[in-house]
Amino acid sequence: MIDLIEARKNQVYVNKKDSFNIECDKKSVAGSVSQRACVFCGSRVVLYPIADALHLIHGPIGCAAYTWDIRGALSSGPELHRMSFCTDLRENDVIYGGEKKLYNALISLIEKYNPKAAFIYSTCIVGLIGDDINAVCRRVSSEKNIPVIPVHSEGFKGTKKDGYRAACEALFTLTGFDNESEVPKHSINILGDFNLAGESWIIKNYYKEMGIDVVSCLTGDGRIDEIKKAHRASLNVVQCSGSMTFLAKLMKEKYGIPFIRVSYFGIEDLSEALYEVARFFNEKEIIDKTSELVGRELSAIYPEIIKFRSKLEGKKAAIYVGGSFKAFSLVKALRHLGMKTEVVGSQTGSKDDYDYLKEICDEGTIIVDDTNPLELSHFIEERGVDLLIGGVKERPIAYKLGIAFCDHNHERKIPLAGFEGMVNFCREVYSSVLSPVWKYSPAYRKRKGGIV
Amino acid sequence: MKAQEKVIEKIADPARNTCRLCAPLGASTVFRGIENCIPLLHGSQGCSTYIRRYMISHFREPVDIASSNFSESAAVFGGRENLHTALDNVIGKYQPSLVGIATTCLSETIGDDVSLYIKEYNEKSKSDVPVVNVPTPSYKGIHTDGYRDAVISCIKTVSKENESGDFINIIPAFVSPEDLRHLKEIASDFKTDAVLFPDYSETLDGESWESYKKISPGGTLLSDIARIKSAKASIVIGSSLSRSGLSGSLSDHLPNSHFMNLPIGIDLCDEFFGAFEKATGKQLPEKYSSERNRLVDSYMDAHKYFFEKRAIIAGDEDLVVSLASFMSEIGIVPVICATGSDNPAAAEIIKKYAPDAEVMSDSDYATVLDKAKGMNCDLVIGSSKGFYLSKNLSIPLVRVGFPVHDRFGSQRIKHLGYRGTQSILDNIANAIIEHKQNSSNIGYSYL
Repeated sequence: MIDLIEARKNQVYVNKKDSFNIECDKKSVAGSVSQRACVFCGSRVVLYPIADALHLIHGPIGCAAYTWDIRGALSSGPELHRMSFCTDLRENDVIYGGEKKLYNALISLIEKYNPKAAFIYSTCIVGLIGDDINAVCRRVSSEKNIPVIPVHSEGFKGTKKDGYRAACEALFTLTGFDNESEVPKHSINILGDFNLAGESWIIKNYYKEMGIDVVSCLTGDGRIDEIKKAHRASLNVVQCSGSMTFLAKLMKEKYGIPFIRVSYFGIEDLSEALYEVARFFNEKEIIDKTSELVGRELSAIYPEIIKFRSKLEGKKAAIYVGGSFKAFSLVKALRHLGMKTEVVGSQTGSKDDYDYLKEICDEGTIIVDDTNPLELSHFIEERGVDLLIGGVKERPIAYKLGIAFCDHNHERKIPLAGFEGMVNFCREVYSSVLSPVWKYSPAYRKRKGGIV
Repeated sequence: MKAQEKVIEKIADPARNTCRLCAPLGASTVFRGIENCIPLLHGSQGCSTYIRRYMISHFREPVDIASSNFSESAAVFGGRENLHTALDNVIGKYQPSLVGIATTCLSETIGDDVSLYIKEYNEKSKSDVPVVNVPTPSYKGIHTDGYRDAVISCIKTVSKENESGDFINIIPAFVSPEDLRHLKEIASDFKTDAVLFPDYSETLDGESWESYKKISPGGTLLSDIARIKSAKASIVIGSSLSRSGLSGSLSDHLPNSHFMNLPIGIDLCDEFFGAFEKATGKQLPEKYSSERNRLVDSYMDAHKYFFEKRAIIAGDEDLVVSLASFMSEIGIVPVICATGSDNPAAAEIIKKYAPDAEVMSDSDYATVLDKAKGMNCDLVIGSSKGFYLSKNLSIPLVRVGFPVHDRFGSQRIKHLGYRGTQSILDNIANAIIEHKQNSSNIGYSYL
């Protein structure tokens, strides 16, 4: 068994063999080479897809450089979110304060790009140098007559999850404004879908067919005016629950909107998501349409999946993703392909999430919170895994070990949500696992005892 | 009087699609170029992760960079404890021969005394793993500064003064792993013993493995860094390396150093190989005079595609300087030369090579785009971030430098020497022809 960093001993759990409580929701231990980013990253990824807002990063250049055009979040209209704006603080600003620079940047950018709102992200040093960004935001907001919203996302003030929370707080300040424009009777908000490779559009089409309107998608293909009327929807449907359940809770408290947590990945979770929304409205017509939709789509994709399954059955997988809801769906989706999950982990899972993972995973599956390259590579080698599902940071681990890889992170270029997404996912897995290249990998040859 | 006051009060514009990266990225790259070295950033977790993610996309290799992962209390009371824990864990798990610490805006702003922390750590832990420390606040300097300062810090910490030895140093700016391999090949062909530092030619463009390696193999040996100060000569390539920064000046630590620009284009390559001949006392191997002659031949072959083409060169100062020289050699007119760094000396050199160019220092891509509209530019040469220009101006982009996130083979782009120049020349000619071919009825099917 691997020799873990002492402080991480209770973050690695062998299912149905260990009996302690998995530790989670804690800061990464220093020197562990965590795959997590920081508070700023959490806020940035959640708010990023809002396409008609100005996203201004208040700090030195790094945070802006690394997040320019970073997500594959598509927009059907404006694309202001794909620009990277930064106050670009220099030494003098650190000494004398950056408020003036922030004010000037906001005024000039709002005049140039005419956004519907502006988000101002605080980075690490902003709090330390004492900038009162709330005051600057209030001033610019009144001068320019658009919402100018501070996002308190100093990198060190917690984990990525705290960044999600700061983003939710920022979004919450935009709700409750539009009580005029029409909102249909059967209407929902989609929370936590970011329209990666157009996934929100796929999901929206399902709801449309079911007879349900989407008031606002937070934040995929997001628009400020839609968020302003989001409080008038009947239900919040939360995907990627780690990032946006907090907003759903705030909206429930203030506007009385109930929420459900769903996933649009994989057959069961997706079908259940649609049925659950249909049941919420509890009208025969909606339920009938939903059954028809699910039945039709399933029978369309099922033969495809069987085809892939015949090639993939018996292969072993490791999953390491940001949010644990995605991990649940992936464990189930892999089961449809006859694949066994040997390792599963997330950056931001909660105690409840890990309890659920324990429930759905087999005996012996390694469940891990906030892992790192040394642990992950060790588990992959120890378990003889054939496929790793993760993001770009995990990719080289898979390829160096001569195993297949599926990118399920926010930079993906192919939609993996929805029924067609399930087929795409299967094809992604299939086309990597079945590639003829592995036989040349020294690690692969070693695994096969030199015979390939 | 009033006008003067206004000038003083002028506040810099915000950065829009920046042309710079932060200093810790440069330092981390240098640390990855030392054998069995692990970089450790003293700051927030995000700094390490973002830089890792950025480098992995380009190099397609594992890039482990540890973090001391500041908490709120560390930001208030100092990061000593976090740094000590990080050193404990990173030394325990990676068993490195060297830990390279780079600071961040956060630890610099609160004024952490990292040298003191390291001293305390060594006393407390009895660790014999050497630790290098380089100050890299991202509000002062950019990635090329972090790179240079890390090179200087490593030499200062590791290298010992000794009697002069029969070898040379080659210190390159931030170039590709393929370029580093080429530099080693040149030294080998000159039959000269050379220390190449840093050398991430294997660590950031490695082979397929049989089992997972904690730290990618390759890199300059510590024993080689230790002897840098006793070389008979040092060849330092890249204008950013000649500036002095937070770690002092490279020339103070190198014996008999020749500072020059990256060898791209015939003139700069001749200067570079000339310096090699002088430093080694040996003649240019025939292989390279042949490469030079073939390059000259292709200048003739391709000149019509280049003449008076108007180019935007954007990216790291080291590349922009040398590309400006090369482009001018082949008849292309650099009309905009933009860098993210603020180096008046580099701007001067660019102006000398490309007198018609608008030289934009400390610039960003959106400002370049504003400027370029209406200038009838024909092509962009720069990193893949230049795609923003290329797409908006509907002109081709020739990808060079770092980062190249949207193409394959970024680690293997050749820039340096007659060979690298040849490769860039071919790519430029082909980009121009492809653009014509795609937008013309003539076909360009037989040239």
